[in-house]
Amino acid sequence: MLGLSRNDFLLLLFVLVLVAAAPIFLNPFPEGSEFAQFNAGYPDLMQRFVIFGIFAIGFNILFGLTGYLSFGHAAFLGAGSYAGVWMLKLLTINVIPAIVVSTIVAGIFSVIIGYISLRRSGIYFSILTLAFAQMSFALAASVLTPITGGETGLQTALHDPRILDGASDGAGNIPAPSLFGLEMKQSWQVNVGDWLWTFNVGYYLSAFVLLIAFYIAIRIFRSPFGMMLKAVKSNNQRLSYTGISPRPYTLAAFVISGMYAGLAGGLMVAMDPLAGAERMQWTASGEVVLMTILGGVGTLVGPVLGAGLIKYFENIFSKINDNLLHQWFAFMPDGIEDFMVTIIHPFVGKGWHLTLGLMFMLVVVFLPGGLVGGLSGLYRRVFQRRSKAQ
Amino acid sequence: MSSNKKPLHTPLTRRSMLKASAATAAIGSAPIIFSSKAYAYANEPKGSDVVLGFNVPQTGAYADEGADELRAYELAVEHLNGGGDGGMMSTFSSKALKGNGILGRKVGYVTGDTQTKPDAARASAKSMIEKDGAIMITGGSSSGVAVAVQGLCQEVGVIFMAGLTHSNDTTGKDKKANGFRHFFNSYMSGAALAPILGENYGTDRRAYHLTADYNWGYTTEEAVRTSTEAMGWETVAAVKTPLTQTDFSSYVAPVQASGADVLVLNHYGANMVNSLTSAVQFGLRNAQANGKNFEIVVPLYSRLMAKGAGENVKGIFGSTNWHWSLQDEGSQAFVKSFGEKYGFPPSQAAHTCYVQTLLYADACERAGTHNPCGVAEALEGFEFDGLGNGKTLYRAEDHQCFKDVLVVKGKENPTSEFDLLEIVEVTPASKVTYDAKIFGGELGTCNAG
Amino acid sequence: MELSAFLLQVLNGLDKGSAYALIALGLTLIFGTLGVVNFAHGALFMIGAFCAVTLQKILTHSFITLDETKTDFLGKPLKVKTPYVEEWFGQVAGQAIIDWAVPLAILFAIPVMLLIGFAMERGLIKHFYKRPHADQILVTFGLAIVLQEIIKAYFGANQIPVPAPEAFIGSLDFGTLIGFDPGVIIYPYWRVVYFIFAMIIIAAVFAFLQFTTFGMVVRAGMADRETVGLLGIDIDKRFTIMFGIAAAVAGLAGVMYTPINPPNYHMGMDFLVISFVVVVVGGMGSLGGAVLAGFILGILESFASMREVIEFIPGINQVVIYLAAIVILLARPRGLLGRKGVMES
Repeated sequence: MLGLSRNDFLLLLFVLVLVAAAPIFLNPFPEGSEFAQFNAGYPDLMQRFVIFGIFAIGFNILFGLTGYLSFGHAAFLGAGSYAGVWMLKLLTINVIPAIVVSTIVAGIFSVIIGYISLRRSGIYFSILTLAFAQMSFALAASVLTPITGGETGLQTALHDPRILDGASDGAGNIPAPSLFGLEMKQSWQVNVGDWLWTFNVGYYLSAFVLLIAFYIAIRIFRSPFGMMLKAVKSNNQRLSYTGISPRPYTLAAFVISGMYAGLAGGLMVAMDPLAGAERMQWTASGEVVLMTILGGVGTLVGPVLGAGLIKYFENIFSKINDNLLHQWFAFMPDGIEDFMVTIIHPFVGKGWHLTLGLMFMLVVVFLPGGLVGGLSGLYRRVFQRRSKAQ
Repeated sequence: MSSNKKPLHTPLTRRSMLKASAATAAIGSAPIIFSSKAYAYANEPKGSDVVLGFNVPQTGAYADEGADELRAYELAVEHLNGGGDGGMMSTFSSKALKGNGILGRKVGYVTGDTQTKPDAARASAKSMIEKDGAIMITGGSSSGVAVAVQGLCQEVGVIFMAGLTHSNDTTGKDKKANGFRHFFNSYMSGAALAPILGENYGTDRRAYHLTADYNWGYTTEEAVRTSTEAMGWETVAAVKTPLTQTDFSSYVAPVQASGADVLVLNHYGANMVNSLTSAVQFGLRNAQANGKNFEIVVPLYSRLMAKGAGENVKGIFGSTNWHWSLQDEGSQAFVKSFGEKYGFPPSQAAHTCYVQTLLYADACERAGTHNPCGVAEALEGFEFDGLGNGKTLYRAEDHQCFKDVLVVKGKENPTSEFDLLEIVEVTPASKVTYDAKIFGGELGTCNAG
Repeated sequence: MELSAFLLQVLNGLDKGSAYALIALGLTLIFGTLGVVNFAHGALFMIGAFCAVTLQKILTHSFITLDETKTDFLGKPLKVKTPYVEEWFGQVAGQAIIDWAVPLAILFAIPVMLLIGFAMERGLIKHFYKRPHADQILVTFGLAIVLQEIIKAYFGANQIPVPAPEAFIGSLDFGTLIGFDPGVIIYPYWRVVYFIFAMIIIAAVFAFLQFTTFGMVVRAGMADRETVGLLGIDIDKRFTIMFGIAAAVAGLAGVMYTPINPPNYHMGMDFLVISFVVVVVGGMGSLGGAVLAGFILGILESFASMREVIEFIPGINQVVIYLAAIVILLARPRGLLGRKGVMES
């Protein structure tokens, strides 16, 4: 179906159900309950899950298939973001042009950087991409301030021209990004029993784009082009002996993944019209590398899971403070309560980085191949042992 | 419209949560679809509590500053709810606050980590607004973060009370109707510093500027240049340094041979600590140039930076928003209640955050509502006293506070690890007031969500 | 542009370059030769710096007496801290010991860093030699975060001043030595010390690998691990020792760096990227390349920060290192002195 094998179609269906029902199952704890702080079903975080999911899926097309590790992919996300905000400022507050133009601008940007960087392979390639991205970051934060807004970032403003839907006169409020009048920040809330679910326009737009992106990624993975990319990874040299130059293929993969990054950047500003330079810093490039590895390099769903996990830690664990800890352990006797709070305190709130670092180490030690690789390996081992026993 | 939710799970005292769950159980199990029209404004509190969002850096280079801000917020919440000794509530000129929360609602709070990155700060603020129903967001320790979060609060319709942000842009080019700043800015630093520099170093000096290459650096350099050049100083050179620079030796090395006799370091945080350390290593503090003693100036000081730079700050002039050694009643009350709770005196970041929380609560009381538009109206043009900076005005045109500015100097003989700066001059507000139009930008109209 | 300004930046570049070279040296040993992508290298540098902080803390560990004549910020009697070392050795000797905390920290840091290096290799890295680079990145990045957070939990996020000994405060008037006017080319004593120290460490590591049997075996092991193993040589043990040495080199670089910039828990991350760039530009598997690249990039960075240059090309000081890296890597496929086949796929 849709040109997919049965398994792939089921996978796509699985992802479809996952993103469609996310507002419900990401809020497993009743509103007002002790553990409501662990609920992730609010619009901003759900949007981040799918947008970084798109970013990581795209990154995986390059890294997972060809083995080329780019350490500068955040530059494309950033370039896309800036292009998107400029569209919202100059053209229209409708998000479609912003998203399309971000993807195209990132694509052009990645053709240039990819063409140069792909002249080298291995670590030399990684450092070339890193250097380009760091240059973009440094310039965006300083001398390019008139275009990028510098350190304070690029935002929409009251007096923006917006030639398609008319400039405002400076009074009133800045219009919010919308899809033909449907504002991205609009939400419907449903109360079922003690549970509260929020269905947000922006989230469902992003989720729709994620599904398309995921579908395209499956098609690429299964296509002859994808096979060629895998051949680049497994044996570059033998490939060139057969008279095929791998360069056009790797460049195509590079540009596709750059466009995915631009798409993610465009969606990001469509949800929240702000673009900042630190989106291009090496830490941001490193983050998508970590997301992909954490989820499982070369797997289809892995990068999405990795992205979700990292964003979950960043947004949920950083908000847990001592006050909340005391609340959770309030049912215990005072001495034990304080003891529990003291033990957990270093891992939450300002210590959320520590938890993240430990999780990286635990995953890589106990689940080689990332979440997907490790879990399926585990599953296989258990399954095989059982079949042997029979 | 953004989410409108009852903040039922606001962290309050221990065990309060049991009560909260009992209350929710009463709600029926039939799906209820909320329409935004049911609420007068974003996150209108319906229960017996109100949630404030404290968004401070908890990781990264400013984490200690963020931790101090958080302490101040917790103290302010305690005082608003009637706990502790009441701190500056007793010295505050407005007597609207009664120690029973805000408008009779108990004050709860949520915290988040800005990571000193605009993106992360917005994500954290959004989560407070969408998930926890925060009605006011406050905090931050850089202008990039403040401008980004202020923009967000304007979009979704909650009040933003800026923490430590010193760039002119926050209430200049990027000002917003829902955003308010108590902290001073680059312009005021320049205007307050220049006369003191003139008095101490003379009016025929040649200055060399090292400027952090980003928005705050530009506005600070411009402010200091304009006000020092007006009194006769000459600017020999202004060199931009990358924000990510760690070793400033190659920028500091040519200074002495440049013919300058003053070095102005338009740097903040780690940039300032490192560039000052380099400057002192190169012997600039003891050098002679043009027949005068060579001098170093740091436009914006903070105690944590002074601590990081150690011995190097001795005798170096700068400006600050507030200092714990001030002798007025308000400052003393604040230092006492902060010091007794945490064991050390508060920083200027802590002070501004505490004051902002009190000012917000007071404005709610005076307006009789949490509606951001009502609160904004109550804050605009509000004149007050007793919060540590003398008589202060929240100017209506740009939502900037106008108050006295402190010119300070690194102390030669500190008596303790906190006693690093001494106040040289309290520049009156009238000397640092400027026309609201000079920085451009538009407030727009207030947004209630 | 005056000659003196030019010479000053050459001097500056040598100093900066020596710092880059020294930091990159430890990374080359692990990354360029053992083939482990070690994102925790910056953290080792940072821990070295905190060895100096810790020793300073230990030496200034104080007892408290109350001074009734003065008051603190709350109006209570002022607490006066007196370090125990001053009590034990007398004020003058005690202060001298505290003053020399950084040089003393070298002695303290060597065993500590060797131990950390051994523990890291035995406990973690050993299991990752054969794993994909992706896994190495994740595990070492995780480790770096954990190490940082531990330091942050104890020492806070603020920078901590660790001054150089009194004797090294001030500047050497280098210009007068070569016939310039006084005050034109000056250079701080401590940075001169850092330069010399870096040269000694670099020379020692080279000599160790080049002229000892141990070094020979390690070099052979790097070229062909299996064959060396077949010869009955315990190459694993030697790799562990190499890792310890690399950690010690990184740590010493950190100890000596503290007077130049007050350390904080994040300093390692700030240096991580630049040290990777230096190692790769130098060429994978080449110690000499890393040192050479360190100096080239240091000198270029110094020149790019000159006022005349920035005015000519705005923003060049922001990007010069990366621009140079791109040009070098495009001109020379394996960096300056890289070996074929190391980390190319």
